[in-house]
Order: sequence, then structure tokens, then C-alpha cells
Amino acid sequence: MSADQWATLSNTSFSIAVGLYSLAVIAFCAELAFGGVRQADPVRELVGAGGPVERPRPPQDLAPPPESDRGRRYGALAMGLTVLGALAHLTVLVARAAGTDRWPWGNMYEFATASVLVAVVAYLSFAFRAPSLRHIGVFVMGPAVLCMVLVGLFLYAEAGPVVASLRSAWLAVHVSSVVLAMGLFFTSGIASVMYLVRTRYDARVLAGDAPASRVVHRLPLAATLDRTAHRIAICAFPIWTFGVIAGAIWAESAWGRFWGWDPKETWAFIAWVVYAAYLHARATAGWRGRPAAWVNVIGLVVMIFNLLYVNLVSTGLHSYAGVGN
Amino acid sequence: MTTTAPPRPAAPAGPPSPPSLGRRVAARLLRWWRQLTAMRTALMLLFLLALAAIPGSLLPQRSLSQSKVTEYFRDHPSLAPVLDRLYLFDVFGSPWFSAVYLLLFISLIGCIVPRAVEYARSVVAAPPPAPRHLRRLPEHTELRTTLDGDAALDVVEEELRVRRFRVVRRTRAHGPELSAEKGHLKEAGNLLFHVSLLAILVALAGGKMFGYEGSIVLTEGDGFCNSFQNYDTYSAGPLVQGSDLGDLCVDLRSFQATYEDDLTAASFSADIDYGPAGSATRDTTISVNHPLRTDGDRVYVTGHGFSPCFTVTLPDGTEPATDECRPFLPTETRTMSSEGVLKLPDLGPGQTDQLAVAGFFAPTGVVQGGLLTSIDPRPLSPQVAVQVFRGYLGLDSGIPQSVYQIDQTQVERGRLVQVGSANLTAGESFTLDDGTRVTFTGVREFAAIQVSHDPGQVYVLIASIGIMIGSLAMLLLSRERVFARAGPGAGGAGTVLSIGSLTRGSGETGPRFQALTDDLQDALTTRAADGARRTTTPATSPDGAEHAEPEAPPR
Repeated sequence: MSADQWATLSNTSFSIAVGLYSLAVIAFCAELAFGGVRQADPVRELVGAGGPVERPRPPQDLAPPPESDRGRRYGALAMGLTVLGALAHLTVLVARAAGTDRWPWGNMYEFATASVLVAVVAYLSFAFRAPSLRHIGVFVMGPAVLCMVLVGLFLYAEAGPVVASLRSAWLAVHVSSVVLAMGLFFTSGIASVMYLVRTRYDARVLAGDAPASRVVHRLPLAATLDRTAHRIAICAFPIWTFGVIAGAIWAESAWGRFWGWDPKETWAFIAWVVYAAYLHARATAGWRGRPAAWVNVIGLVVMIFNLLYVNLVSTGLHSYAGVGN
Repeated sequence: MTTTAPPRPAAPAGPPSPPSLGRRVAARLLRWWRQLTAMRTALMLLFLLALAAIPGSLLPQRSLSQSKVTEYFRDHPSLAPVLDRLYLFDVFGSPWFSAVYLLLFISLIGCIVPRAVEYARSVVAAPPPAPRHLRRLPEHTELRTTLDGDAALDVVEEELRVRRFRVVRRTRAHGPELSAEKGHLKEAGNLLFHVSLLAILVALAGGKMFGYEGSIVLTEGDGFCNSFQNYDTYSAGPLVQGSDLGDLCVDLRSFQATYEDDLTAASFSADIDYGPAGSATRDTTISVNHPLRTDGDRVYVTGHGFSPCFTVTLPDGTEPATDECRPFLPTETRTMSSEGVLKLPDLGPGQTDQLAVAGFFAPTGVVQGGLLTSIDPRPLSPQVAVQVFRGYLGLDSGIPQSVYQIDQTQVERGRLVQVGSANLTAGESFTLDDGTRVTFTGVREFAAIQVSHDPGQVYVLIASIGIMIGSLAMLLLSRERVFARAGPGAGGAGTVLSIGSLTRGSGETGPRFQALTDDLQDALTTRAADGARRTTTPATSPDGAEHAEPEAPPR
């Protein structure tokens, strides 16, 4: 196939991925909205058998209600659509790589596309292992679709060669690890947001002024969300650390110094500090639970700011990673 | 074993005398130290550090670009001095930024020293005794067996030793018990991570103290030697003496920039000769991502551009400039159109006989409506639009001026007057009103060369690897403790093993504990069956169904 054909395949796959993800979001919504068993339903399954073990076990009325067959069908459909979308998403990058004969993260468009793919795959792997996490699908895939649309509209860059300074083996090492860590942190942040929503809801239910929110009630248990967020962050933190170190090694050979407080470097440092704070907060009395989750959400905001503001608005040595013309 | 409370000290008879001043100060210091080294303080300092770094990315920084700071001062004349007094243009060298990270590192030391001591103690110490209420542990189950208590604990011990636990057996008031522990590497990783952070700070500081960096613009055919007065700009740590600079000279033989079809820059490479002063004879090619690394010094090519060359012939035939090349600063990297000036201060006896050939250079020039523009970064058809000024250049006025521009204030004062202009292709010349001829003889490339020296960076790398290994061990390993206690079974028959585990670290502990207790149940059953066969007493096989689901968390 010629470079042009690869480029066309890549662009078509992008549209297909966005389409499939959007359908998946609709299916996830349907699962949340119509998947519940009515309260009067006599079938009361014993929650916990075979499922993830929760400690301490919350009162029965906080546990997500069992899912109806219809809900399960919607859920399976949504997961199937997400998997297909992720395959199309992968094709976007593979075709880019094939058409340009380089790693497919040479500019913002490719970088952001790859990061979203990591977030989706991270979500999928957790959702397959712990089915209760499937219910946050709409909150992961919704932002993912939004990101993809914004990336396609504002960051799109034609397939092409990269500038001389990006032609280094470190592109593969540095950018791959950063993409991986970003995608994981993104998913972790979403899980923490859902945890904050869920704990607030739980507190109100326990206080007696329970709002009739079937959607929130169907979210995974607070402890599950918190643990998921923490475990993903634990995976992502060493990867991010490695990405920053690899970036420093590359900067030493490309720019003459390993660290120079370039805006991107500064924000990478800030993000590292915030996530270090998150991991510490999880282990500090008085900070466990909601305060720690807030730190993770701040980390998410820092990540997004780092991606958008630093690349698109400020000027620095990472500017060539900006929007293609 | 019972514990008795130690006898209380007798209450003091009178009101306590106020502690001495020294004691009060010591107590106060101790309290400050405890506060500083508390985890919540460390957390706050982490947040402060993140916050403190933010202005460094939003405001222009002197360390990155002095010109942007100057521009900011021009755009915000009233605000900028205030920000400057708060060190907001030197955030990363400011006292308050240093204060935050130094406090953080003191807090870190206060955290890791006790932990290291405790770690050293725990490595040699036996696992702690089992807590009294095993069912309060996060993971707990009970196994029933026909074996007696010690035999049952033997089975548990074997099973745990296979899993590389350190095991200790004790007999205490509640019966025979067992404590097991593994995963010391997690804490070792934690310590390595934090010690490496300290090491990185020390290495960074050392590198800053003894490091230096100089940059110079070098036209093909020119060279320089490593000393501060030769550089266009340089910066050096406070402990660097001029004589400390490595003996290194570099001559730029040629420079090549290659481009893809769509004019994306594909490579920049400079062929250089280098070596100690007087014998710079070793040749090599340096390019983006591939610097020259000599003993201690590193030589980079950080930019490139064009140096147009001119010959100026005075009416009397003398040539104050023969094929003189001056680097022109690229104003647009896509087409490499550049601007610069050739200044000739020594044409005649008077101060007003000075000449400047200011120009706009286009590597591939196109003239449209008399205006020269560049359409390609490659020197396919080099052209230059020159304006020649005569008068006083102001070079000796005491005010430093750019080598890429004429001093506009002299033009405004009427002391420097434009006397001619022309668009020239290579080889073309034009004549001024007084008969002076300016010839554009051709163009050479220039390379921006940077020489860096940072003795700390190897140690920073080593410390970074420590951070990496430490964080992996700290985050991915877990420290596990397993406790077991044997008690009499219901009605005095057989034994009930109460087993609990406590895990510090991440990971799904439930399944692992489940696997352990399943294996234990199997081993107990096998052992009981063996024992029964050997003693030929009728054995009551343990009721498997009863224990199929040992997971019964407390409600």
C-alpha cells in the first residue's frame, strides 16, 4: 500500500472508531438507565459471591442492585462496541506508522489519539476483570469520545515525516511511556471522580435524605472505585517516572542539558509531584478516602492542562509537538 | 503470659517547677521537628512545591530566554518590576522555591532515618507475635483438622516456608501460635526511592556549582576555543574558575541541512575538527541528537542559519571587507529568511565614515513587486536585500548593541543615514553615491554550537535509576504477614486453626489468601489421612464441605 492509502486508511479508521465509541456510549447509557431490576423484584441475589470481595462490607442498600437480563445485554453490547472501536482506534495508529515509517506519535494529533487509546484499553481490561466496573463505562467512554472529536477537529495533522530532532530512538521510549502513563492516569482520574460522586451519594443515603438516583446507585461500590483508581495510579506512576527520566536522557543529547525547566518539563514535574502526593495521601491518616481522591482529580486536571495549554498556548522546546499546519 | 502495668511514678508533691530555658527550647525544637517530619507536612510541602513551580511555566524565565523577559518588562512596565522583586522571572533559583524543596528534603530525611533504623531492626528481628484477635485482621479464616495443634502448625509452617516466608513459632497464653512474614524488599524499595531523591538533589546542586555552558555562532571555516571570553553567551556555576575549562578547540569545516520533500527538516549535521588547543585535528560529525562527548565536555549543534558574505570596495580601491561573512539571524524557520548586518567601523579617520550593510537574506529568493521573500529553506537561489547606512554606528557609545541589528537610536538621531539599497543575487554588486561598491559574494552556513559541562549528570542518572527501581519495588511488592493460632476444636475433638493475614501494599490480597488457605486445607487433609493410616485408628475425615467457603467476612 502506498503512503497515501495508509493515510486514508488511518483517517477512515479514526472516523469508524469515533462512531463505534459513540454507539458504545449510548449502549452504556442504556445499561445504566434500563438495566436495573425494580426494587420490588423478589430476586435478591447475594452480592459478593464470586465477585470482588469488599471490605468492610457496606450496608446492603448501598450495594449496586442486581442487573436485569436486558441490562446485561446492553452492557455486553457496549463492551463489544468498545472493543471494536478500540481495534479501529489501534488501526489509526498502525496505519500511521506503516504510512510514515516511524513511530505513530510524532505530533499532538497522534500523541493524543494514542493516549485516549491507552485510557480505553485500561478501562476495558479492568471492566473485563471486575464486571461491576463496567458501569462507569459511560463516564470513561463519554470523555473519550469527546477527546477524540476535539482531537480530530483541532489537532489533526496530515501523515508526514517528523523534524530532525524527533528522529531518535528515544521517541519510541520517551513518548511511548508518557502516552501509556497519561492514558492510565486519565482512567484513574475518572475512577476517582466517580468515587467522589459515589461517596457523596452514599453519605446522603446513610443520612436518610436519599435522592432517587438509580444511576449513581448502579455505580460500583465506593471502595471498588477507590481501589481501582489507586491501582491504576500505582501502575502509571513508575511508567510516568520512567517517561520523565527517558525524556531527560533524550534532552541531554538533543538540547544540551537533561533538565531546563522548559514549560513541558515543569508541568511533567508538577504532575509527578501531585501523583506522588496522591500515593502518599492514600497512606496518610486523615487523607484517605475523599481528600486523596481529590488529589488524584487535581492530577487529572494537571495532565489535561499539560497536554492542552503547554503544547498549544505556551512556547517551549516541546512546541514542535504542536498542531500540524 | 499476662502483662501488668508498670507502677505509676509518685505524683509530685508540690506544683512542678517550670522547666529550664534550655529544656523549653529543646522541647519546642523537638515539636517543630516532629511537625516538620510528619507525613501531613510532607504532603503540604509537596503541594507547595507543585504550586511554586507553576509561575515558572507561565511567566518568561531568565534561565530560558532573557529576551522574553525583556519583552515582558516592555509590555508590562509597572507590573514587571514587582514580579521581579518576587523572583518570578527566576522561579527555579528563587529563595522561596529553594525554601520549599529544602524543607521538603529535611522532612524527607526526618522520615527516612527512623524508617531506615526500624527497617534494619525488622530485618534481623523475628516476625512479631500474633495479635490476640485474629478475626479482626483484614483476611481471616478458620480451618478444622483432626491433627493436634502443634502438628497442624507444622503443616502451616511448611506451607509458608515453601512460599518464602520467615516463620517463628511461639506458645503464649492463647495457645501455640505462628507468625510469618515476607516482603522486606518493599520497604527497602521505599527507602531506596527516598534516598535516591536526596541523592538527585545533591547531584543537581553539585552539577550547578561546577557546571558551565557556553554557546557561539560559528560560520563554516571558523573555529573557537573553550574559554568564556570566546563565547557569545555563557553561564557558569559559582565554583567554576576560568582556568577550569577543559582544553578544547573546535573548527567548523562544513554544515549540512537536509530536508524532506515537504521541507520538513530531516537532519542538521556539522563536520568539525576538535582537540586540545593547537592540535584540533580529530574530525567528527555532530548532529541533532548526536553530540560530541569528550572528556567532560559535550559539544552540541543547537541551531543553524546563513552567513551572507560581502566585499566592500572603497572608491580608492581599498577593500575594508573582503568576502566578509556575518551570521544573519533566521526570522522564520520554515523558509530560513534571515536578517543581519555587516558593520564596518574603521573606514576612515572620522567617526562619521562608518558603514553598515544591513540586509534581509533569502536562501531561495523571489522578488515580487520589488520585495524579496524566501520560499525554501535550502540555499537554491540565495538573494539578499541590502540597505547601506553611513555615519556613526555607535559601537563605542558604551551601550551594548546587537550584532544582528544596527543601532536604531543613531538612525533616529540622524547620525546614521541610509545611503543606498538593492536586491542582489550572488556575485552581483551595486555602487553607492560616493562610488563605494558593495558586492554580495555568496553565502556560507553557520551553526550554533553549544559546549556544556555538568559533572553532576552521571550521578543524577544513577540516582534516577535508584528512583525507578525503588518505586517499582515500593509500589509493586507487598509486605505480607500471616498469623496462625491452634485452638481446640468444638467439643475438644481435633483442632481449629485460626489464620489471618495482614498485607501492606497494593494488589488483590483476597485471592492470594484464598489460595493459601486452600493449599493449607489440602495439606492438612493429606497429613491427617497419613497420620490416620500410620496409627490405624479410625479417622474422621475433615468435613470438606463445611470449609468450602472459608470467606466469611464479619458483618
